[in-house]
Amino acid sequence: MRELVAGYEPGVPIVNGASLTVAAGEIVAVLGPNGAGKSTLIKAIAGVAPIRSGAVFLGDEEITRLPAHRMVREGLAFVPQTENVFTGMSVEDNLRLAAGILPSDKRTRRIAEIYRFFPDLARQRRLLAGRLSGGQRQMAAIARALIAAPRVLMLDEPSAGLSPKLVEGVFARLAEIRASGVAIVLVEQNARAALAIADRGLILVEGRNRHEGRAAELWGDARVAALYLGGARA
Amino acid sequence: MNLQFVADGVLTGAMIGLGAIGVTLTYSILRFANFAQGEFIAWGAYFALLVATALGWLAGGSSTPIGPFSFGWGLMLALIVAMPLTGALALGLDWALFARLREKASSITIVIASFGASMALRSLLEFLFTSRPAYFTRELQIAIRLGWGVRATPDQMALVGLTAILVLALHVLLSRTQIGRSMRAVSENPALARVAGVDVDQVVRVTWLLGGALACASGVMVGLTVQIRPFMGFDLLLPLFAAAILGGIGSVPGALVGGLIVGVAEAAAAATVGAQWRAGVAFVLLIAMLLIRPTGLFGARE
Repeated sequence: MRELVAGYEPGVPIVNGASLTVAAGEIVAVLGPNGAGKSTLIKAIAGVAPIRSGAVFLGDEEITRLPAHRMVREGLAFVPQTENVFTGMSVEDNLRLAAGILPSDKRTRRIAEIYRFFPDLARQRRLLAGRLSGGQRQMAAIARALIAAPRVLMLDEPSAGLSPKLVEGVFARLAEIRASGVAIVLVEQNARAALAIADRGLILVEGRNRHEGRAAELWGDARVAALYLGGARA
Repeated sequence: MNLQFVADGVLTGAMIGLGAIGVTLTYSILRFANFAQGEFIAWGAYFALLVATALGWLAGGSSTPIGPFSFGWGLMLALIVAMPLTGALALGLDWALFARLREKASSITIVIASFGASMALRSLLEFLFTSRPAYFTRELQIAIRLGWGVRATPDQMALVGLTAILVLALHVLLSRTQIGRSMRAVSENPALARVAGVDVDQVVRVTWLLGGALACASGVMVGLTVQIRPFMGFDLLLPLFAAAILGGIGSVPGALVGGLIVGVAEAAAAATVGAQWRAGVAFVLLIAMLLIRPTGLFGARE
């Protein structure tokens, strides 16, 4: 993603020239203060927020401004922060819906694979997704996004509203997903947890790249931590 | 007490329910109240009339009634042809009008546009066919005694059966198929549906096709049991909205149940206080439901 400018109102950019690269099997944490444009950044990449200029590439292919449903088919999955499952549908129907972009003979097998990866969801497949607990709902949202076997998985604050123990569980799953070769972009307020699993970090301020580097380096930089990570090390 | 009004009401309710399903589908997927839905009912009836007349002409006369019914295979074939035609009309109206407004206009503007479309479609029908009533058949039917003083004609029973088949088919479509899941997803959260890979434009197209096709079935039922007139859909508009709101706007089973309640209540009013009060019943039910339970019987709370 190169020099992206995005925002809901013309002439009022929220993301203002940010750039980001993520490789296969890598987690990049996007951090920064409130209002820095972190969520808008990944929404714009996913085709949900309007892109004013800049370019998004998936491999060598430019996918800037493709409609959101086409992005999924291209291999780019997005998990929103809130309202990320269809609460009026069962867990199974949430997964079957997402499996709709696969050839019909592969759908059932892919759902079975996802259930093996998320055994808790398999046990609750008939339950309405709206009745899942916060942690389970987050897992269901990630499972929904993984159904299409994406090359890039983008998550908007997956730790929001979860207890530290549940955050640990969700992030452990993300590490396993990374191990399967999926590139992960993780937008987080919880800098401590995000940098603990990320390979690299990007600190966004006023819609622009302010600092970027190895996660351990950012974590070790006392000035960066104090200014932009809310004193996360404390 | 004579229970005849229940049988009459169930038939009327079935016709209202099928039309109300179109209202509720359009509302839940496209987020606006489509006042042109009544016109799809009238156009559906006229499409079926045209096809049935053409088939009769090709067969060298009107088709022979089947068994105890007043209609023949010609009308059944006409219904099968007219349903997609009415769906295509709905789709065409969306392409010509609503799709252009969706991106830039407020929902109240789209509602007003649907009023305008309704008047235009109705006037066009009147221009093409005049306001003189037309009929699918002029065969007389003898009502059959069903017990408890209730009688129904074979046509009426067939039409209630047709409603049951159509609603069951719609239920299977919505609950078991990929397009049905996509429709439910768009209804609940269009933005999330997009990132889940759902082509929302395709869902919108299917919604218009289904709403139009069901309105056509409703129009053929009205035409078969009453008569075909350009105003037949407009006259059903208030009961359609009363049924959709009564059942819970956005709920398909709710629209059918709402239709049955409105139908039976109208028939009960006609049997007890007089037929001239029939139309007022839908309005009273609508206001009562909005005051007592605005989300309707099956509607989800905000």
